[in-house]
Amino acid sequence: MDITFENVSYIYQQHSPFAHKAIDQLSFHIPSGTFVAIVGHTGSGKSTLIQHLNGLVQPTAGKVKIGDFELTAEKKPKHLKQLRSKVGVVFQYPEHQLFEETVAKDISFGPKNFGVGDSEIQRRVTEALQAVGLSADYVERSPFDLSGGQMRRVAIAGVLATKPNVLVLDEPTAGLDPRGQKEMMEMFYERHRSEQLTTILVTHSMEDAVTYADHVIILNKGSKYMEGKPEEVFVQKEALQQVQLDVPEMVAFINRWNEKFHTKLPFTKQSERELATAITAVLKGGKSHE
Amino acid sequence: MNNAMVIGQYVPGNSVVHRLDPRTKITIIFIFVFVVFLANNVWSYTILTVFALLSMITSRVPLRFVLKGLTPVWFLIIFTFLLHVIITKEGDVVFEIFTFQVYSGGLIQGFAISMRFFLLILVTSLLTLTTTPIEITDAIESMLQPLKKVKFPVHELALMMSISLRFIPTLLQETDKISKAQASRGVDFRTGKLKDRIQAVVPLLVPLFVSAFKRAEELAMAMEARGYQGGEGRTKLRELKFTKLDVGIYILFIFVILGLFFTRN
Ligand SMILES: Nc1ncnc2c1ncn2[C@@H]1O[C@H](COP(=O)(O)OP(=O)(O)OP(=O)(O)O)[C@@H](O)[C@H]1O
Ligand SMILES: [Mg+2]
Repeated sequence: MDITFENVSYIYQQHSPFAHKAIDQLSFHIPSGTFVAIVGHTGSGKSTLIQHLNGLVQPTAGKVKIGDFELTAEKKPKHLKQLRSKVGVVFQYPEHQLFEETVAKDISFGPKNFGVGDSEIQRRVTEALQAVGLSADYVERSPFDLSGGQMRRVAIAGVLATKPNVLVLDEPTAGLDPRGQKEMMEMFYERHRSEQLTTILVTHSMEDAVTYADHVIILNKGSKYMEGKPEEVFVQKEALQQVQLDVPEMVAFINRWNEKFHTKLPFTKQSERELATAITAVLKGGKSHE
Repeated sequence: MNNAMVIGQYVPGNSVVHRLDPRTKITIIFIFVFVVFLANNVWSYTILTVFALLSMITSRVPLRFVLKGLTPVWFLIIFTFLLHVIITKEGDVVFEIFTFQVYSGGLIQGFAISMRFFLLILVTSLLTLTTTPIEITDAIESMLQPLKKVKFPVHELALMMSISLRFIPTLLQETDKISKAQASRGVDFRTGKLKDRIQAVVPLLVPLFVSAFKRAEELAMAMEARGYQGGEGRTKLRELKFTKLDVGIYILFIFVILGLFFTRN
């Protein structure tokens, strides 16, 4: 599903002394099937933005289009349930939403609300548990006896089980151990590709944004600050530092290397191995260069 | 939930009313609530109304915000007015609607009672609009000090109050977050049959209780870890201070009350 924002603004507690503009005149377009990273300093409006994607909030001005659904300030949105069955959202700290007696029941909750049949739910529960790296032994356990990381996985499985077309992830790996973080991101990426999802990832990790995203949107104080391919956006060190963001480690390394050895290695989202090869080539051919 | 207005939610500011000692505010409002019932003619009502409106204006809280906060109460005020107009049959008939006669006594009485009501709510909401919850609890703790003599746990009571007040916004925020998360999983809190809607509350309440208990436990642990052991010998970060401003306001208020006694009949 294509996603379009047209001059969207959102004001919390409008018409009160506490009014606060969290999104300001935001416009962008995300074609179906894209993996988008949304990056920004804390409080820049990322979480507010993604709440527009399944109609949890209505823009106070402007228009949001998700596939055939339209959200505007004026009209009360219709068919919200249908929209929500197509757009799955993994919130920041999703483990807080667990409430059922068993893991299986909690994962079934979403699909059941969207009218999925029992046998299909069964299949999805098994599949989702496996996807998040939990063994089938967990189905009958209480979600409240699990560790924080395990609870997170169950909550994520609960969203995956609704089989959305658009998957929205709000810092899904914050607070997981490094290995768990990597596994989780790989899993999302794998699903993104195999199920042709449109994925929107809110993240503080420039590494994740570079590794997985086709497109990056950088927010600052509720407005779009930069937008483009990761290899274009993430090389602009000064511009990023203006909004308290860093370049990815890889870019930082290439920059320092170039400075020190007066070379002009470009950043092309290359892997560490590719970079090593390029450096070796430069070193070998280096003599003739200088 | 997000845009819901809390009646009398504190509005930060630096007006005279904000700077008054909260004990002064509470005392004056307490007395005001009683003297409102002494007013019984146009002049006495005018004096009280002018006092209330002047305080409101001095506080610089946007009038629109105050009136909006009163929305749920308007209904009650109008209802009281109509009730009196209908029931009271004193004085002359002023006009007639269909066969129903409206008496002057009814109009006056209705107006007086709803005015009282309006003044009471305006003044009490002024307290919470201009005083932080913490200041209010500090004031109550300080005003209840004498009860300590009879072993009444004043400090503990104040602590409980301030902790609960502190966590109300947190709890509201949490409610908002969890209800959004469950709405994303297809729960419909707004429409459907009553039975379904009651059932829809379970996925909201369970996580809310879980996190409230967790928070309480964490808070208790954090307080102990930082050496909290009750009120004995504890000093305060914010000392309540009685200033010249408070004296001025008290004097003004005494004149208001004197004026009230001279004008009422
Ligand atoms: N319920 C709310 N009521 C009022 N203001 C809010 C509310 N939620 C968020 N805000 C404000 O809106 C702004 C954007 O918040 P948002 O949660 O979207 O930021 P974020 O980019 O997700 O930050 P983080 O990286 O810390 O999660 C912040 O300044 C925040 O204070
Ligand atoms: Mg956020």
